[in-house]
Amino acid sequence: MIRTIIKTSASLGAAALMATTAFAGDLVINFDDPNPGPKAGFEAAVEAFKKAHPDVNVTVNINDREAHKTAIRNFLSAEAPDVTSWYPGNRMAPFVNAGLFEDISDMWASDPNLSTSFEAIKPTMTMNGKQWGVPYSYYQWGIYYRKDIFDKLGLSEPKTWDELLSACGKMKEAGVTPFTIGTKFLWTAAGVFDYLNLRTNGYEVHNDLTAGKIKYTDDKIRATFAKWEEMLDKCSFVNNHATMSWQDAIAPFANGDAAMYVMGNFAVDGFKNAGLTADQIDYFPFPEITKDLPRAEEAPADAFFIPSRAKNKEDARKFLAFIARPEIQSEWNKTIGQLPPNSKAEVGDDKFIQEGFQTVSTAAGLAQFYDRDAPAEMAKAGMEGFQQFMTDPSKLEEILTKLDEVQAKVYQ
Amino acid sequence: MTATPAVPVNAADGPNRQSSWLRRNRIKVAPWLFLAPALIFFFVYVIVPIIRSISISFYKWDGLYQADGTSNAEWVGLQNYINLFSDDRFYTALYNNVLWLVLFMLAVPIGLGIALFLNQTVTGMRFYKSMFFFPFVISQVVVGLIYGWFYNPDFGVVGSLWKLAFCEEVVNIVGNLRTVCSVDPPAVLESEDYATFAIIVAGLWPQIAYCMILYLTGLNNVSPDQIEAGRLDNAKGWRMLWYVIIPQLRPATFIAVVVTVIGALRSFDMIAIMTRGGPGDGSTTVLAYYMYEVSIGEYGGRFGYGSAIATVLFLIMLVYISYFLFRMYQDEKGQ
Repeated sequence: MIRTIIKTSASLGAAALMATTAFAGDLVINFDDPNPGPKAGFEAAVEAFKKAHPDVNVTVNINDREAHKTAIRNFLSAEAPDVTSWYPGNRMAPFVNAGLFEDISDMWASDPNLSTSFEAIKPTMTMNGKQWGVPYSYYQWGIYYRKDIFDKLGLSEPKTWDELLSACGKMKEAGVTPFTIGTKFLWTAAGVFDYLNLRTNGYEVHNDLTAGKIKYTDDKIRATFAKWEEMLDKCSFVNNHATMSWQDAIAPFANGDAAMYVMGNFAVDGFKNAGLTADQIDYFPFPEITKDLPRAEEAPADAFFIPSRAKNKEDARKFLAFIARPEIQSEWNKTIGQLPPNSKAEVGDDKFIQEGFQTVSTAAGLAQFYDRDAPAEMAKAGMEGFQQFMTDPSKLEEILTKLDEVQAKVYQ
Repeated sequence: MTATPAVPVNAADGPNRQSSWLRRNRIKVAPWLFLAPALIFFFVYVIVPIIRSISISFYKWDGLYQADGTSNAEWVGLQNYINLFSDDRFYTALYNNVLWLVLFMLAVPIGLGIALFLNQTVTGMRFYKSMFFFPFVISQVVVGLIYGWFYNPDFGVVGSLWKLAFCEEVVNIVGNLRTVCSVDPPAVLESEDYATFAIIVAGLWPQIAYCMILYLTGLNNVSPDQIEAGRLDNAKGWRMLWYVIIPQLRPATFIAVVVTVIGALRSFDMIAIMTRGGPGDGSTTVLAYYMYEVSIGEYGGRFGYGSAIATVLFLIMLVYISYFLFRMYQDEKGQ
């Protein structure tokens, strides 16, 4: 008893001493995911960092994702942390352009790990020819399906568009709705659009469209929508999708009413929570539409950035270099069930991670996501258009014209 | 302590001239001192934001400051307003606002009806009254959630009733039950034509309760002799209500209309919860929600444009506020 008291008071004294002497080593990190898995992964990485750098006094703020999206606008220009989580692609553009993120190109050039093991994802972190952050995780998108239903109907994973359509036909005959989706929050529809567009027209067109270089009334985009109409017709989606969130849309999938879901890998957790076992679900990449088109995938990344108003940039850089290490990235992504961007890191042995890694590492290009690649105003209008199209395909002309108008305004 | 007897004695050669000025003018100063806290807060939290918001509406601004603290804003003059007038969604929002204002007024007569119905002495009346008042006490967000479920075509009340009539359960491919309907249940919140009405109905629920409670207190103050006199003159039913009761409820009616207009104009929470301005091309958006969406929503970041919407909303409210103040002024003068 007495011993513990002495011990604690000694350690308290030591802590007080550290706090005063190591004032320069305060490192404040803002993170944006309080869900149990992501939080555990992040905290483990921070603990490892503390062990490796005992002189740095780390403070962690974990905020709700939506709250973080609003708060970051304020804290970057006011009381900035030393490191903050955020998304690459166009989502970082406003902060990069306002000079609120620190340019860390020198780190990307000099750090032996960052300069060699992140080739695939480097373009995503690059804007105006410079690198702005370090990714710690990314995940694949694709079609998640009920393997038990496929087995019952004697279906195999479709590789091409025609195979997908005929599989859908068989499902409908058996009274199964091919796809579930919840478009209340819009972005799920963008996932479907992105894949149809990537498979119909390829990576370049996706980038040109989100960069405002081609119009929505362009024949290429019309071709994408034509495929979508075919999909709505032959591979129907669940009814009432506009009133459901992506979590709500798991219900028909779990009940066996719907057999497929175009989703990101984070949804697997939701499937399992809804009572499905790993044997009942499986994954296949979105099938080919245009023959021999180089296959690009959606693989949104999560990253850390240093605000340019950070007080302790030196330790912030140490932290970014630390989380880029292969062993840290392996551990972290095993915890959260995602893919490590570091090519030397180990991939978890979960089957979805393995398949996802296969899909993503062999892809010809990685898209972030419609709402991360396109500017915010365009993304909002585009996704509303997608939802509208899904509920009423006859409005296509009206939607495309509207999107052209928005595009002309946004990219002027 | 010492001041009480010292007032007349030391007034002329007092050591402190200021205090003597204060003393001479205390009748004039006192009200301002009492008003000061309220005025300061009113100025800081109402007047300044209004001015700031109007001034931001002349800029194109993404809401960010540069690292050195300079604002990203760029002067565009009236451009935001010009854009506003060619923006379809602005008109949709305006139209929906009008719809809210008009239909929300139903809360006043319905509230009166329920108040009249509840204004009787039965055992347990207090309990019934509080049950009717209940929806006003719970948060608008909760009301939105409840109605969201209520309308849900799969598991909501609407959906369940529909299923009784048009649907049957079949065993699906993996052995679970699945409902198949001969006619699909109505998904009101998914329909561009009906979603706004569905939300207004949800909004009316607590608003009716509010009006009801205002009328209930009003009914307590209705003078019994006038009713008695009315009875002697053979007034009953509608005539009694129209010529005797309602005129006496004028103050309650006034407040009920005021709070209902305010409720209609700030109809934000339920839209955010039930449809997020959708479905389709912002079919349930109102000005307050559009302003939020454009400036601080997830795909927002257009603070100049948002401020322009806010300014228009402010001008609309100003018409109503002026009328309200005018009425108040007239009433005060009349007394």
